[in-house]
Amino acid sequence: MSAKKLNKDPLNLIITGVGGQGNVIISLIIGNAFVKEGYLVTVGETYGASQRGGPVMSQLRISTESQYSPFIPDGCADIILGMEPVETLRMLGRYGNSSVITMVNSRPIYSIDVTAGQAEYPELQSLLNTIKELSAKTWVINATAEAQKMGSPVFANAILIGALIGSGILPIDKTSVEAVLRETFLREIVTNLAAFNKGFELVK
Amino acid sequence: MASIDIDAPGTSQLFIGNEAIARGALEAGIGFAAAYPGTPSSEILGSLAAVAKKSGIYAEWSVNEKVAVEAAAGASFAGIRALAAMKQNGINVVSDFLANVVMSGTGKAGLVLISCDDPSAISSSNEQDTRPIAKWLDIPLVEPGDFQEAKDMTKWLFDLSEELGTLCMLRSVTRIAHARGNVKLGGLPRKEHKAYFEQLHDLKRVTPTTFMPVPSSIRHSFLHMKMDRAREKFELSPFNRYVGPDKAGLLIVTCGSCWLYSQDAVKALKLDDKVGILKLGTLWPLPEKFVAEYLNKSQNILVVEEIDPFLERSIMEMIANLPPSSPHPTFYGKRSGHLNAYGELNPDMVIKAIANILHISYQSRDIEYGRKAEAATKSYVPGRTLTFCPGCPHRATFWAIKNALKLDGRNGLVTGDIGCYSMALGPAGFFQLRTMHCMGAGSGVANGLGKLGQFGFNQPVLAVIGDSTFYHAGIPALINGIYNQSNFVLIILDNGGTAMTGFQPHPGTGMTAMGEPTKVVSMEALCRSLGARVELCDPFDFKSTTATLLEMMAEGGGAKVVIMRRECELVRSRKEKKPPYKVYVDPDKCIGEACGCDRLCTRVFQCPGLIWDKKAGKAKIDDVICTGCGVCADVCPQGAIIKEKT
Repeated sequence: MSAKKLNKDPLNLIITGVGGQGNVIISLIIGNAFVKEGYLVTVGETYGASQRGGPVMSQLRISTESQYSPFIPDGCADIILGMEPVETLRMLGRYGNSSVITMVNSRPIYSIDVTAGQAEYPELQSLLNTIKELSAKTWVINATAEAQKMGSPVFANAILIGALIGSGILPIDKTSVEAVLRETFLREIVTNLAAFNKGFELVK
Repeated sequence: MASIDIDAPGTSQLFIGNEAIARGALEAGIGFAAAYPGTPSSEILGSLAAVAKKSGIYAEWSVNEKVAVEAAAGASFAGIRALAAMKQNGINVVSDFLANVVMSGTGKAGLVLISCDDPSAISSSNEQDTRPIAKWLDIPLVEPGDFQEAKDMTKWLFDLSEELGTLCMLRSVTRIAHARGNVKLGGLPRKEHKAYFEQLHDLKRVTPTTFMPVPSSIRHSFLHMKMDRAREKFELSPFNRYVGPDKAGLLIVTCGSCWLYSQDAVKALKLDDKVGILKLGTLWPLPEKFVAEYLNKSQNILVVEEIDPFLERSIMEMIANLPPSSPHPTFYGKRSGHLNAYGELNPDMVIKAIANILHISYQSRDIEYGRKAEAATKSYVPGRTLTFCPGCPHRATFWAIKNALKLDGRNGLVTGDIGCYSMALGPAGFFQLRTMHCMGAGSGVANGLGKLGQFGFNQPVLAVIGDSTFYHAGIPALINGIYNQSNFVLIILDNGGTAMTGFQPHPGTGMTAMGEPTKVVSMEALCRSLGARVELCDPFDFKSTTATLLEMMAEGGGAKVVIMRRECELVRSRKEKKPPYKVYVDPDKCIGEACGCDRLCTRVFQCPGLIWDKKAGKAKIDDVICTGCGVCADVCPQGAIIKEKT
């Protein structure tokens, strides 16, 4: 398949969250869907066992022209997918700009600094408002709550991917992503596809 | 998502650099691969092992990096193409063998060494550039600038190794090894491997790869000839190229992932017509004629590389040998302070260096937006200190250690090394770890401390070591402690695999890299056979673990062993979907800040599954995070945390 020309090349997408949430798997699925459609894709991530519980991010650079580095320059994100609210804001602080589009899972994950009383987790609504103020467009998705209804918080990943595709902000087809989902989630594919479609519908 | 052995030449796949390297080895027709896991190198052997049976090759997790390269050399000597892979520390472990194998030369089949460096030491105890070993020991060295090159260079290195009759090295870094990018595949050879070690008496005529009793100094001179030949090959290598204008205001000389950063930076600054990039793939021996040809592109040269100024110094040395009439450009880079000689680089750092040299300004986003975004981050975003996973046995172990040392009262201390448990330097392990160096170092350091009694030293010494690390580098230290009667307790943190790097099997697991059952090298039987007292503990059982530690510390005498046995929670939760306990806080029993414990659970124990409900002033379980290990129920002095068997 040959790639459609991008409105902005490279398209810089950040996926962020907390270690163990599954941002690597999301970046892998979206990256593979773009490669299937003929794009040049570079994915950079924070990696390694020591990152569990720490902030993690994946950076995707999508292009029809060249293989970009795995680092998005500061202030140059086009889309931020946040699996956790303060991590989303952390990314806006460094990579945001006035035209950035944000999609955020509203479920906080408290750090040990917060539970130990050494730091404060901000009040959720004002945190989400700040994210909105710093974004050209924002979607707030209750992905973890929806996933728990489906049996496990891990389905939040497929819900968020579905929402990202459903929002139309990525130039790839639903069917290519579904094909990659089938290759990736060999077990529990039925629930993951249901979660993907749930996310897709949530933003409609 | 494609496996590395997909038979689809010409298609483009999204591979991490490590998979690209493994694919290159398959395309080269390797028969043998060996490695010890280490971030960021582990997926090279991991992905080869996963396809080894299907592909008719052999892959193993060796006990350490020295054995891995020696084993791979054995295969090369018998005519089988072989690869060994490791992180930077592994190169130190194997350096003695490397210094010997460059003298002997390889066998008929190619021998390739992959070294994955971790700039910024993101997952390492040290930061180290391994490229200088190539210069030190005379090893042909290449460094891929993207994912495609990671595959293509690996494949080519086997041909080069055979042509030169010497081991060749590929250096990769985290942002190639662990980043993903497009890799266009080549074909997979279908050939039978036939191994035979040719000896002098087998041969009518000796060949350059025949083992001969030749004095080392003469073999050293052969090695220099091989390096001269390598340089000639490198002068013509397609992995070295120039992009940019005929005459440039600035010439960037770069290699590795910095080739990607340099291109990003030039594009971001829109300086394609002013800044040229000389990208080198073959780094040592330096292709001097090729480099000299491009150095006159500009009077100003910026060398962009990670970590040491390796290319920078090599090019300066080269210039010192050029005739006085040749151009002598101004050098910018690590020596000038425009880039750091530590830590990893990124496009922003290269942008800054170029902007600084050319006196231009760069703004990536609206200044007002930047100010607002940074202010919001500062006021709203709390820190996220790294910690052990919820349900991790190490948290329980260090809790018992902390309590035992306190009860012992002689100001005892813990020495350690590399693994998830290194995090015990910080709040995750209650700041219990006092030393942290290379693999096995905690046990070695404990040997010294344990012999200081004659100088008035009476602090108990506990050395922690992971199960895989014990096999890798702990055994000689334990033997030393028994032989020399050093007074320390070796605590083996046996979580059933090489957890930090992705649960690779080790000699104690009964499983090979290729998924075959094998003999278990029992750590307790081994330690007992050495004459050590050995106790087994379950770290989740605080009470008896603490008591055992106390007793072992009080006993004195030579080195003793405690094995803390409890499977890594990430492995357990993959096998058993159901958590062992349902854990919750009884709000009537938790008396919050009024309790004398001063929030022991959330303030000190700090499992991420425990949170503090500020409004209610009570502890709470976060059911999204909690894995149901039930350990915190024993931490709460009020018995307010309830665990119920599921």
